[in-house]
Amino acid sequence: MATVELSHITKKFGSVVALNDVSFTVKDGEFFVLLGQTGAGKTTTLRVIAGLEKQNAGDVFFDGVPVNDATPAERDTAFVFQYYSLYPTMSVYDNLAFPLRAPGRNLSEAEIKQRVHEAAERVRITHLLQRSTRNLSGGEMQRVAIGRALVRRPRIFLMDEPLSNLDAKLREALRIELNRLQREAHSTTLFVTHDQIEAMTLADRVGVLRDGVLVQVGTPREIYDFPATTFVAKLVGVPRINLYDAVRTDGKIRVPDSTIELAAPPHAALPESFTLGFRPEDVQIGPDGDLTGQISLLEPLGVETIVHIRSGRHSLLSTVSGIADFSIGSEVRYRIVRERLHFFDRKTGHRLSLN
Amino acid sequence: MAVSTTHAPITYATRVDKVGPRYQITRALRIIVVLLYAVISLIPVFWMVTAAFKSRPDVVAIPPKVFFTPTIEGFISLLTKRVLLPPAMVEEYKQRDDLNFAERIMAERGQRITGPSQYGQRLVNSVIIASASTVLSVLLGVLAAYAFSRFNVPGKGDLLFFILSTRMLPPVVVTIPIFLMYQQLRLYDTHLGLILLYTVFNLSFAVWLLKGFIDEIPREYEEAALVDGYSRLQAFRKVVLPQAITGIAATFVFCLIFAWNEYAFALMLTSERARTAPPSIPTVLGTGGIEWSAIAAGTLGFLIPVIIVTFALRDYLLRGVTFGALRK
Repeated sequence: MATVELSHITKKFGSVVALNDVSFTVKDGEFFVLLGQTGAGKTTTLRVIAGLEKQNAGDVFFDGVPVNDATPAERDTAFVFQYYSLYPTMSVYDNLAFPLRAPGRNLSEAEIKQRVHEAAERVRITHLLQRSTRNLSGGEMQRVAIGRALVRRPRIFLMDEPLSNLDAKLREALRIELNRLQREAHSTTLFVTHDQIEAMTLADRVGVLRDGVLVQVGTPREIYDFPATTFVAKLVGVPRINLYDAVRTDGKIRVPDSTIELAAPPHAALPESFTLGFRPEDVQIGPDGDLTGQISLLEPLGVETIVHIRSGRHSLLSTVSGIADFSIGSEVRYRIVRERLHFFDRKTGHRLSLN
Repeated sequence: MAVSTTHAPITYATRVDKVGPRYQITRALRIIVVLLYAVISLIPVFWMVTAAFKSRPDVVAIPPKVFFTPTIEGFISLLTKRVLLPPAMVEEYKQRDDLNFAERIMAERGQRITGPSQYGQRLVNSVIIASASTVLSVLLGVLAAYAFSRFNVPGKGDLLFFILSTRMLPPVVVTIPIFLMYQQLRLYDTHLGLILLYTVFNLSFAVWLLKGFIDEIPREYEEAALVDGYSRLQAFRKVVLPQAITGIAATFVFCLIFAWNEYAFALMLTSERARTAPPSIPTVLGTGGIEWSAIAAGTLGFLIPVIIVTFALRDYLLRGVTFGALRK
């Protein structure tokens, strides 16, 4: 396992800038998740690390040694692709053995067999080994693909949305399994996804990519509690964060066209107008609330209920655990946890530091 | 959909859609149409096969004989050179007891075998030239197609068009220039000359056909192999080739059939040493009336190698000619 560092990587495809001055480090044994929407440059990042794509500028270091000119084989990474990852002309066993049979590894068939069986056991596909890859289900295929990555000891695991083609139940099961596998082996892993749940649950650290720019790197908690921009704030968290244009007047924070009015934090260097954010779980419904609104919609999910509260011309989201016993149209009192407000620059969307 | 053999067999008796009268009628119609087509296509082949085994009077009989006593006269006249004996000597010749099986049959027709014909040699020439040029075109074609499919070759579009444009002129137009060039280059009447020529003709076809097949193979497979520790060439051999095998087989058969059947250039550019079967079969027409059974026998011998190859590759071909439609 290795530490992998990207330093000022820029990658262009023609006139399209896929990656723009991206720098981050995946530490030895760390599970690093790159989160971003389609086209953000996540897959390109993986391909640059694997050596399948050559960056236009910047350096890639493995354990401090530049590998810019190394071939994919020399870099010794393991790549789990989103699609088409298994060789269709080979059996499951041969798929797993394929990386071990690569020239230069010089392993005996007995050793290969032993390692294939070890890996198969870890991803629970021993019963599939003799099967052709054609008759596997989606979940089985992705297990085999992960097994093929596990079978050798690569310097880093690169996973390109390995779960996104699976149905919801299977995705959840495999997510937990991946988590277990990674914790057991302490393998350096770079995992790419557009699913914030995967990012939050799997990652030691998350990097958020937007249009080829790395917006924020941090632990899931940092990303959630201190989003660097409104983009990050909206990307993580379900239901989504409440964001409003707000103004500061007479020591109060007001959201125009609504009844939302909060005391401004003391000593705060808040500008006159900014973007205010607060997460739905920080909107607490209760009789002692200092704010009022009307319930406009209820989304009972079982575990929790998403309550839409109308306030003036705005609507804000709140969550209540369990199935809430409200009726649409009724008045509610609620309060917003003042310690957990987020302030962003209205123009740039960047987080405003209050100290 | 493959059914696992470990499960209990599934009975399809409940497939109502396959027992209804409409299904039965369309099925019967389809079978009739296919049978009719097969009969029409096979009549010439049937005529040829039977003619090869007919005696001289039987071949030209009107109406054509469907039932007849088979003889291998045709094959013997195809494979031998003979002289006509003067009528006076025929009886005496027949009495000789050192005649072998073939000589005895031909003696009945008043002919004496003087030696083997060149048919065998020419069939061998055909095999050498067709297989060498086919292997070359497919080999070069698959490499070129892979490069065009995967890499940013400078001027790719122009190059592909240039390759295609070599097929836009009817080949016969260039026979005379090529004839003159080949004489200068001492390629006239050589195996190498025809092999090169057929390779050139087939290459454009092979490149375009194979490029289509290779384009269909997702790059992820090779990239996975690259990451797994293989070089580009090894990944090509171990991952791309096995998946392109249907396309390669289809291309192989098409190229082989072209090279095998080619007539005009073979006629112009060869005389003795490198002459192939197609221009030599009509020469059997030769002396003393048309030897229909010999011609039929020659054509039959000419057909058999292609039939064997096509039959051996039939599984790949079925998938190959419908490429794109059936994968995934």
